[in-house]
Amino acid sequence: MGAREVILDRIRAALGPSPIRVEVPREYRTGGVPDVDLFVDRLVDYRAAVRRCGPNDLAAAVAEALADTRVLAVPPGLPGEWLTAYHGEVVRDGDPRPLSVADLDAPGVTALTGCAVAIAETGTLVLDAGPDQGRRVLTLVPDHHVCVVHAGQIAAGVPDALARLADPTRPLTFVSGPSATSDIELDRVEGVHGPRRLEVIVVEPSGP
Amino acid sequence: MSNPIAAPRPFPAAAHDKLADRQLRANLHRATHTIRDKRLRVVAELPDWQRLREAASALKADAKSRLPELLTQFEAAATAAGATVHWARDAAEACAVVADLVRSAGATEVVKVKSMATQEIGLNEALEAAGIAATETDLAELIVQLAEDTPSHILVPAIHYNRTQIRDLFRTRMAGAPADLTDDPPALAEAARRHLRAKFLSATVGISGANFAVAETGSLVVVESEGNGRMCLTLPQTLISVVGIEKVVPTFRDLEVFLQLLPRSSTGERMNPYTSIWTGVTPGDGPENVHIVLVDNGRTTTLADPVGRQALHCIRCSACLNVCPVYERVGGHAYGSVYPGPIGAILSPQLTGEGFNRTLPYASTLCGACYDACPVRINIPEVLVHLRQTGPHPRAERAGMRAMSWLMSDRRRYAAALRAARRGAAPLRLVARRAAKRRGSVPSEGDQRETVRRLPWPLSAWTASRDAPLPAGPTFREWWEKEHGRS
Repeated sequence: MGAREVILDRIRAALGPSPIRVEVPREYRTGGVPDVDLFVDRLVDYRAAVRRCGPNDLAAAVAEALADTRVLAVPPGLPGEWLTAYHGEVVRDGDPRPLSVADLDAPGVTALTGCAVAIAETGTLVLDAGPDQGRRVLTLVPDHHVCVVHAGQIAAGVPDALARLADPTRPLTFVSGPSATSDIELDRVEGVHGPRRLEVIVVEPSGP
Repeated sequence: MSNPIAAPRPFPAAAHDKLADRQLRANLHRATHTIRDKRLRVVAELPDWQRLREAASALKADAKSRLPELLTQFEAAATAAGATVHWARDAAEACAVVADLVRSAGATEVVKVKSMATQEIGLNEALEAAGIAATETDLAELIVQLAEDTPSHILVPAIHYNRTQIRDLFRTRMAGAPADLTDDPPALAEAARRHLRAKFLSATVGISGANFAVAETGSLVVVESEGNGRMCLTLPQTLISVVGIEKVVPTFRDLEVFLQLLPRSSTGERMNPYTSIWTGVTPGDGPENVHIVLVDNGRTTTLADPVGRQALHCIRCSACLNVCPVYERVGGHAYGSVYPGPIGAILSPQLTGEGFNRTLPYASTLCGACYDACPVRINIPEVLVHLRQTGPHPRAERAGMRAMSWLMSDRRRYAAALRAARRGAAPLRLVARRAAKRRGSVPSEGDQRETVRRLPWPLSAWTASRDAPLPAGPTFREWWEKEHGRS
C-alpha cells in the first residue's frame, strides 16, 4: 500500500466511523462601502507613494510618477492612453519576446501595471495576471512598481475583494506596500527583495 | 540526525540555562512587547474580530472532520491544473521525495522560502546529506543559517539576535558583505538583498511550504513580507512545496477569514506585503514543474485525540509566543523543537513522543493569554491540562496521588489526617515564624501565607522552585464544634 492510502486510512481511523459535522458561522462583515480615503491612508501607512487624479489627468500622473525611470516595462495589454504623456523608452512584455529577468533587473527599470481589484481596509492591490498586469515576474524584479487603480476597483474589505476576482485559479499576488522585513528587532524596514518603491495612482471619476 | 521537533533535554533544565542569559532576555522582552502592542492596535480596528475567530475555528474543525474528502479533492484539482501531488508518511519519506525531485531536476542548489513544515522534517540537513545545498532566503532564516543556529520563534526565527549581533555575523560569515557594514537595519537588509539577488536569479529549483491549501481549486497560498517568497515561487523552473495535511481549507472563499486573521496576529500588520496564490502550472508565468508533497509526520496520531486535535488548527502566526510569560523569559530554544511557545508545548508532544517532549506541557503557567490571542481559538490551556493528565507521571507522584485519593475518599479518615498533619507541622510552623521574624514580617496565627521554604527529599522537588504552604489551622467544622458543641 502506498503512502497516499496509508495516510487516508490513518485519517479515517483517527476520525472514527461518524465524524461530527461542523457548521461554519459567517457572521463577520462581508460587504460595506469602499472608502477611497481609507485606501489611500493605508497605502501611505505602508510608505507607498500615492497620487490621486481624475480620468483626464491619468496620463500626466503616470508621466510624473515615471520622472526618474530609464526603461519602462509594461504588460502586453496595458492601455495605450496611460502612456500618452510619457516619452521615455517603453519595453512591452511579449512584444516581440518575453522580457528576461536580466532585462527587468537592470538599473532604472520601472514596471507599470493596473490591478484586478484593491482592498480599502488593508491598502492592498490584488494582481491576477490580467492583460494590464501581466506575468508575476514583471512586478517582482524591477525596483520600482507603479500601479494604476480605478476607484471602482476598490473593494471595502477582504471578503468583498475575493468575491470580485473573476478566476481564483489565475496566479494571484496581493501587494500591500513595498517589500519589507521586521526580522531585525521587529523594526520594519522597507525594501528587501521585491520592489523597494511602490507608487499607486488612484483614478477617481470626479478627480481627487 | 536529531528530530527537529523532539526536545533533546527536559524543559526545566533547558529553561534554567536560558534564564541565566540576560542578553537573550533583554532581546526577547523588547521584541515580544513591540509586537504585542502592534497586534492589539490592528486587532482593535476590526469590530468583527471575535466573529472571524469563531468562523476560523469552525472552518478548521469542519476541514478536519472531512479531511479524506478534502485532500483527495485538493489532489484532483491540483493535478488537473498541472501539479504533481506526492504523499509522505513521515519526515524521512518527505525528505527522500524532495531530494529525488531536486536530483531529477538536475540541481545541486535550491532556494528556500521560510517554511515550518520543511524545518519540522529537517529538510535542509537531509538535502545536505544528499549533496544539495539549500539557501534560506528569509532574512531571519538566513541569519540563523549563517550562525549555524536553530530558529527560536515561528515567525521571527532570529528574534534572539539584536542588530549588533547580526552585523557581526554578516561581516564574518556572509560572502560579499561590506567590511564597513553598520548595524542600521536598512543597511543590514540591503546587504542581505545583494547577497541573495544572484542566487534568486540563477536558481532552478525553489522549495516552499504553504500557509493554506484550497481543496476546491487545488491552489496553494504563501503569505510573506520580503518578496523572497515571490522570488522562489516565480523564478525557478521547478517548485516543490511541502505541505502538512492539516493545511487544507474547503473553499477559496474561506481565505477571506484567514487572510484577515493571519497578518494581524503574526506581524501586527493590516496585511502582509505579499501573498501569493498559485494553482498548478500557468504556462509562461512561473515554474513549469510544480510539485506538492503532502506530509503526515504525526498529524494523524494527533487527529485521533478528540481534545488534542485542535492543535492542528494552528496557522503558525506565533501570537501565542509573543504573549506568553514563559516564552518571553526563556525563548524558543528552551522548548527544543522548531515549534516553541504555547503552541509548541501542545503540538510537539502530540506529533512525536521522542526526546523529552513529555516535559513540554508543563512549560506554562496556564494563564490563558495564548487562548485569548489565538486567531483560530485553540484552547491551549485545555490541551496542556489534558496532556498533563494523560501523559506519563513519575512513580513517586503516582503513589502520592493514590494515597491522597484513599485519604480523601472518607470523611473521618480525611479529618484525622488533617489533624495529624497539623500536629506534624507544628515544629515547621515554629521554624517558619522564626524565619519570617528575621525577614521582618510577623504572620498572625492561622495566616494562610505561612509557608516553608525548603522541605526534605522527596518533597524538596516541590520546594526547589516554590514555597510550600503549611497545613491550615482548624477547619470550619472543628471551629464550629469548639464554639457551639456537637450539633
